[in-house]
Amino acid sequence: MRAGSKASAAALAQGVRAGDKRSLARALSLLIDEAPDADILIQKFFSDSGRAQKIGLSGPPGTGKSTLCGRLIAHFRGLGLRVGVLAVDPTSPLTGGAFLGDRLRVQEHVSDPGVFMRSLGSRGMVGGVSQTIFGAIHALEAAGFSKIIVETVGTGQDEVTIAKVADTVAYVTTPQLGDEIQAMKAGVMEIGDVFVVNKADLGGKDKAVSDLRSALALGRGPEKKPWEPPVVAVSAATGEGVPELGKILEDHWRHLMGSGEGRARRSAQHKEELSLYISRRLYRKALDRITDEDLERMLDHRSDPVAVARRILKPVRG
Amino acid sequence: MVTEKKTYRVLIAKPGLDGHDRGAKVIVRALRDAGFEVIYTGIRQTPEMIAEAALQEDVDAVGLSLLSGAHMTLFPQVAGLLKKKGMKGVLLFGGGIIPDEDVPALKKKGVHQVFGPGTPLSSIVGYLQENLPRARGK
Ligand SMILES: Nc1nc2c(ncn2[C@@H]2O[C@H](COP(=O)(O)OP(=O)(O)OP(=O)(O)O)[C@@H](O)[C@H]2O)c(=O)[nH]1
Ligand SMILES: [Mg+2]
Repeated sequence: MRAGSKASAAALAQGVRAGDKRSLARALSLLIDEAPDADILIQKFFSDSGRAQKIGLSGPPGTGKSTLCGRLIAHFRGLGLRVGVLAVDPTSPLTGGAFLGDRLRVQEHVSDPGVFMRSLGSRGMVGGVSQTIFGAIHALEAAGFSKIIVETVGTGQDEVTIAKVADTVAYVTTPQLGDEIQAMKAGVMEIGDVFVVNKADLGGKDKAVSDLRSALALGRGPEKKPWEPPVVAVSAATGEGVPELGKILEDHWRHLMGSGEGRARRSAQHKEELSLYISRRLYRKALDRITDEDLERMLDHRSDPVAVARRILKPVRG
Repeated sequence: MVTEKKTYRVLIAKPGLDGHDRGAKVIVRALRDAGFEVIYTGIRQTPEMIAEAALQEDVDAVGLSLLSGAHMTLFPQVAGLLKKKGMKGVLLFGGGIIPDEDVPALKKKGVHQVFGPGTPLSSIVGYLQENLPRARGK
């Protein structure tokens, strides 16, 4: 470790705790880019882990997640709560580029000192969230945000990962998705803590809500669970239904705090964070060990993939 | 050996009152396709909103697109606010309908590069690819 590095990371962490937005922005970059100082920051921030409610906003593209995020920010700000937002959009696997377009709908809150938003590319992570999302969350928690909204686009399987990051998952659909709602995959049904039918202003909400409710009832076992995911119709465009959604999110947070479920979820989150951290480190270290000679030997058939991989994996240590 | 190259982040913003953002969106797409992470703020942004978004997103460059002719006041305001917020390393560039004779004054006021109408997208991409590693040598 470089000597000056530890001191400057500590200063940065102090700035984050003191509420300095520039420090927070820089800390987030170090965490997201997995810079050498990221480890120091995670260790400095982790003691605040679990303080904030992490709310996942997931659902198919274009269902109004970002617009709704803007509404939820206003709702929480009205209650005097500080809100951090992490919005993840897919990175192109071909170019590494990404269009991070969620800020467009939240930008009206940009100058509010109680709001901080960061857009992230998924950067090669299957599952719709970037692998460094946990570090980013730690930074926002250390900065004192009590509600952290994580927006991810759900396309098929991806919704599942948000459930390993968030305390409360709000799954956003629209009446316009029609049959897709009924055909919604079992996995999606399981991860939602609340199902939001957005764009209620466009009509068809009653049918969408009742379709969703029957789909949820079908998947339900005989015993009553302490939390049954409610279905709520909202319009992010007009604000209709947003206070109801806000209350449901609060009820779920209380449910988590008042039962063993909150602790169980946080334990699962820590496990996921550890698994990501370890697999990234080991993978990189292992790949660094591939030598030109290994490849030469394989080209000449003097070695084979299994033998090379075994040699490489044997001494890998953190 | 795995070498992961740094992904540069660029904010594209439209200050001022004109409501057309087709041009800005074309640039957004070109930069994304060239491997940048591009954040778009939308239209009718005040210099304060642009600078604050640049800060929170910790971008490496800010591109301003303007057709309404207020560039001589708005561009330097963004430059000043970026500096005030401690974002000295950020590359600020602008495009739109900007007469040649305004360019030297804009450059003096902290706008690093100005692209006139009809600039090929490849020159904007090339400009960022060349200048970003230098501007953010960290
Ligand atoms: N009529 C109506 N339109 C809405 C509503 N909410 C969002 N929209 C519109 O739907 C479109 C997509 O909204 P976004 O908030 O960007 O949706 P998103 O789910 O964040 O989109 P991605 O992040 O691209 O997946 C925009 O044109 C919004 O104006 C709503 O409640 N009613
Ligand atoms: Mg969005």
